[in-house]
Amino acid sequence: MSQLPQDLKYTKSHEWVRTRADGSLEIGITDHAQHALGDLVFVEVPEAGRAVKSGDACAVVESVKAASDVYAPVSGEILEGNAQLASAPETVNGDAYGAGWLYRLKPAAGAVQAAQLLSPQDYQKVLDAEAG
Amino acid sequence: MALTERVIYEYSAPGRGAADQWPAPTGEAELSDLPAALRRAEAPQLPEVSELDVVRHFTRLSQLNFSIDTHFYPLGSCTMKYNPKACNQYAMLPEFLARHPLAPESHGQGFLACMYELQEMLKEVTGMQGVALSPMAGAHGEFAGVAMIRAYHRARGDDARNEIIVPEAAHGTNPATATMCGCVVREIPVDTQGDVDLDALRAAVGPQTAGIMLTNPSTLGVFERHIEAVARIVHDAGGLLYYDGANLNAILGKVRPGDMGFDVIHMNLHKTFSTPHGGGGPGAGAVGVGERLLPFLPVPLAAKEGERYRWVSEAERPQSIGRLSAFMGNAGVLLRAYIYMRLLGREGMQKVGEFATLNANYLLQRLKDAGFDAAYPRRRASHEFIVTLRRQARELNVTAMDFAKRLLDYGFHAPTTYFPLLVPECLLIEPTETETREVLDAFVAALSQIQKEAEQEPGRVTSAPHTMPVRRLDDVRAARQLDLTWKPTAPS
Amino acid sequence: MAFIPHTRADVEAMLRTIGVARLEDLFDEIPAGLKIKGLDRIPEALNEMQVGRLMSERARCDGGLTSFLGAGAYEHHIPSAVWAITTRGEFYSAYTPYQAEASQGTLQMIYEFQTMIARLTGMDVSNASMYDGASATAEAALMAVRANRRSRAARILVPSTLHPHYRRVALNTTHNQGLRFEEIPYVRESGTLDPAALESLAGEDVTALVIQQPNFFGRLEDVDALTDWAHARGALVIAVVNPMSLALFKPPGRWGTKGVDIAVGEGQPLGVPLSGGGPYFGFMTARMEHVRQMPGRIVGRTLDSAGKGGFTLTLQAREQHIRRAKATSNICTNQGLLMTAATIYLSLMGAEGLKRTAAASHARTRELVALLTRIPGVRAAFQGPFFHECVLQLSRPAAGVLRSLAARGIAGGLDLAPYYPELGSAILTCATETKTTADLERYALALGDALNAAQAA
Repeated sequence: MSQLPQDLKYTKSHEWVRTRADGSLEIGITDHAQHALGDLVFVEVPEAGRAVKSGDACAVVESVKAASDVYAPVSGEILEGNAQLASAPETVNGDAYGAGWLYRLKPAAGAVQAAQLLSPQDYQKVLDAEAG
Repeated sequence: MALTERVIYEYSAPGRGAADQWPAPTGEAELSDLPAALRRAEAPQLPEVSELDVVRHFTRLSQLNFSIDTHFYPLGSCTMKYNPKACNQYAMLPEFLARHPLAPESHGQGFLACMYELQEMLKEVTGMQGVALSPMAGAHGEFAGVAMIRAYHRARGDDARNEIIVPEAAHGTNPATATMCGCVVREIPVDTQGDVDLDALRAAVGPQTAGIMLTNPSTLGVFERHIEAVARIVHDAGGLLYYDGANLNAILGKVRPGDMGFDVIHMNLHKTFSTPHGGGGPGAGAVGVGERLLPFLPVPLAAKEGERYRWVSEAERPQSIGRLSAFMGNAGVLLRAYIYMRLLGREGMQKVGEFATLNANYLLQRLKDAGFDAAYPRRRASHEFIVTLRRQARELNVTAMDFAKRLLDYGFHAPTTYFPLLVPECLLIEPTETETREVLDAFVAALSQIQKEAEQEPGRVTSAPHTMPVRRLDDVRAARQLDLTWKPTAPS
Repeated sequence: MAFIPHTRADVEAMLRTIGVARLEDLFDEIPAGLKIKGLDRIPEALNEMQVGRLMSERARCDGGLTSFLGAGAYEHHIPSAVWAITTRGEFYSAYTPYQAEASQGTLQMIYEFQTMIARLTGMDVSNASMYDGASATAEAALMAVRANRRSRAARILVPSTLHPHYRRVALNTTHNQGLRFEEIPYVRESGTLDPAALESLAGEDVTALVIQQPNFFGRLEDVDALTDWAHARGALVIAVVNPMSLALFKPPGRWGTKGVDIAVGEGQPLGVPLSGGGPYFGFMTARMEHVRQMPGRIVGRTLDSAGKGGFTLTLQAREQHIRRAKATSNICTNQGLLMTAATIYLSLMGAEGLKRTAAASHARTRELVALLTRIPGVRAAFQGPFFHECVLQLSRPAAGVLRSLAARGIAGGLDLAPYYPELGSAILTCATETKTTADLERYALALGDALNAAQAA
C-alpha cells in the first residue's frame, strides 16, 4: 500500500505539494507514481528562474520502461531543481516524499488558491478509482 | 554453440592486421600537401586482428542470434516470414552493386526498369494512384505520408489543419511521426470489440483535423469493420486518411487500402514483401497516394518514356515534399522486393493474405483449445492475434514476460510482448504464411508445457531463460551506469 | 508458390480445427463490397531460374562504366569476408534486438560498432545508425535544437559547401518543426567557407553551425577556427564527416579547443557497395552530455541475473515505442545490416588499413588532377589541398563532355551546373584506391578527345 503523508496536497496526475515555512512550494511525485514507474534511471529537473504555468510539463522521470512528465501543480517561478537526482535518480524510489523532491517553486500571487489541489483523502479516492 | 564471445578488441595484438586486404602504403611525400594542423595526430583505436580472427569472431556472434533462418519468430506486427535466398542473390549481382547512384541514366536502365515496374505493381496491390520508393523505413514512409497531408492542406490555404488523430493502440511511430511533422496528436479510444469508437471519432474531427492514421487490420489483430464509416467521417470533416502498412500482409490480395478510402499509405517492404529485417534494418517504406496527393510525392521517382526509363527530379515536381534521402533510398532493398513480387506473381500475391490469415486463425484456435485467453475471443484473427496472460499473472504470478523468456528455452523466438499497451499481459502473435502446420503445433505444445510449469514450478518460468547465452539482463543497471563503448579497463 | 508450405491435407485439417468450410470464410468480417477479384496488372509468377535470367539481363544494362564519381558515395575495395558474414541468415533474417537474450550477436555487434565509430570520430557515444548521411544530418539539426537550451531561435547555419542533397533533406525533414537554415557562402577562389560572412552574424542567436569536412568540393575547411567561433557564440557544432577521411584528418572530437558537439556522416565508404544509392547507413556520435537527446537505438553493456556480462538496448525512454509523441525522433527500423558490414570492414582494415586506403585515394586523386589539368581547357576550380575529390572547370559544357565520356565507358564525374551554376562548366571528380594508373590515363585520353571533338564541332 502506498503511504500518504497527511501534511501534503496532491494532484490527479500524482504529484505532491509541500508548503514550506517561507511560503514556497516543494514538489515531487507520489509513492504510488514511483512504484508504477519502477526503478528510475533518470530525472530531469527544471532550471531555476523559469516561469511556469499550472499544468506545464516541467520535469521528467524516466524508468527503463516508461518516461513521464511531471506537471506544475501551481503557477509560479522555479526556485531550484533537486540537483542530487542527476547522479542518484533512485532517491525518488527510496524516499519519494523526502530527499526525492523534484523542484521548489515560488507561487504566483493567488496561484495556490486557484490551483485545484487534492487533500490526502481525495487523492486516495483517485487511487482507489484507478485500481477499481 | 559457444555461449560467450569476447569483444573483438580483446583479440588485438599490436602490429597484427588483415594486411592482405590493404593497399600498399603511400609515402608521406604524397600527403605533404595536407596541412599539418588538419591531420590526425593519433591513430584511431581500432582492432588489430587477422582476417581469420575476424571471420571467426563475427561468425560466432551470429550464432548467438535467433533469426528466421534458424527459429520460428512469431513477432506480432513484424511479419517475420521467410526471406527467399533468390532475392538476395539477384539483388547482389555485381553490376547492381557497382552502379554509382549518380551514374548516367544510360547505364542504369536495368535498375530503373525494375524500379518503374515495382512502382506499378505496388500501385496495383494497394489500389493507389502513385507510388514513391525512396523512404528508407516504415517510420520514414510515415513521415513522407504525413508531410504530404500537411503540404496538401497548405496548398489549399487550409493551414490550420495540424491535428493528427490516432487510435490509442497505434504504433509509437504514428504519434512520433505526427510530432516530427509539426502536428498535434489526438488519441481516440477503441470499443470493446477492437473497432474504432465512432462516436469518439465524430467528436474528435473538426476544422483542425489534418488526418487520421490507421492500421488495418489494427494493432489488436482484428479488421476494422467500420472502415467505410471512418473514411466518411474523416473526409466529411476535411481530413485525409493515412494507412499504416505494418499489417498489409494480412490483406494482400484480398482488399486494398485505396478501395477502403485511404488517401496515403506506407508499405513496409521488409514485412509484406519479405526483404530482410537485417537485425534492425534496412527496411524500405515506399509510399502510395490517391489522386489528391499525387503532386506531393517525394522524389526521386522512376518514369518511363517510350522504351527509356528516367528519374523524375524536384525541378519537374514543384509541389513535391522533396528529397528525403541522399540518393535513391534503399535501392538494394527495393530490388529484393521487386524480385519477391516477380517470384510470387499474380496468383502467389493473392495467396499471401489468405494463408497468413489461415495460420493465425489456426494457431489462435489451437491456443484457445489449450486453455489460453484470446483478447478478442469473438473476433476473427487477421494475420495476427493477441493472447492475454492476465489470468496467469494474477493467479500464478507468472507474467507475459516470463512466458516470453521461457519460450526461448524451447527454441521459439518470443511473440511481441506488452504491445499494444491497451491489453494487459499480452502476447501479440504473428505466425506468417511461410510456417508449416507442424511448427505451429510445436509452438502450441511449448506454450502448453510452459503453462504447466507455471502451475507446478513457477520459478522455472519466472527465472527463464536458462539455456540462452545470457540470463535476464539488468536494464536498470544498463541505464544508470552507461557503458556504451569498450574500454581496455572495462570489467568483463 | 509464394513460399507457402501447406499441403491440401493441411489446409483441410486447419479449416476443420478453426470450424470454417473455406479459406474465404476467414474474411467474413471484411465488408463484401471491398473485396477484390484479382490483381490483373501483376504479371504471372516467374520461377527462380526465370527470375535469375531476367535480373542478369537487367544487371548487364547497368555495367561497363569505370567510375570517377564521388559526391557522397565512394567506390572502395570491399574484402570478401565482409558480405560473406553480413549475409549469414543469423544476421540477415533477425529482427531488431528487443529480445536481448536471443539477440546477443546483434547487440554485441552494435556495441563494437559504437566503439569503433566513437574512436574514429573522437566522440564519446555513438548510436546504432541512421538511414543515411543526409537523414543523419537532418536529425543532428533537430537534436541540436533540443540540446542547445540557451538558444531560442532554432536557427542552423549551413555552409553552401555542404552536400546539396543533404541541405535539401535537412530542410525537408525539419521545416514543419520550425527550424530555419541559413546558408553561408563560400569563397570563390578557395572553395571553402567564407569567414567574413560568418562574422557578419556575430551577436545573433545561432543554435548550431554545420561544418562538412572535407566539404562537398573535396576541400578542407579551417575546422578549428570555425568550431571555436561557434562555441564562443553559444552555438553547438555539428560535424559532417567522411569516415574514411578520418584515418588522415583530425577527428571532430578534437576540432577547436573543445571538440564538436555532434558528428554525423555517411557510413557507405566503410564496406558498403555503391548499389545504386542504398542501402547505406548514417552514423551519429555525440558528447556524453547530449546522449539523452540522441535519436535512434543505443546498446549498453550490463550484467545478467547471474552476474555475467551481456548487452541490451538502453536509454529506450528516448524512443518512439515508449515516449510516442515526445520521442527524440520517429526512427524505428535503422540500417542494422549495413552497420554490421561496416563493423566487419573496420575490423579487417584496422587503423593502418584505413589510413592506407585513405592515403591511396588521396594520392590517386592528386595524380588524376595532375593528368587532367595538363589537358588544354581543364583547370582546377579552387586553390588548395583536397582529400579525394576535386572540382575541375572545363572549356566546354560539362553535360556534353560527360556524355561523350560515358559513351567510352567512363563516368567522369558529377556535372555541378544544377547545384552551383556560378561555377560555369564544372565537374566534381574523384579517384580512390581502386583506380590504377592505366584507368587514370584512359580517363585523360578520353577527356582530351571529348574536349577536342567539342572544339572541332
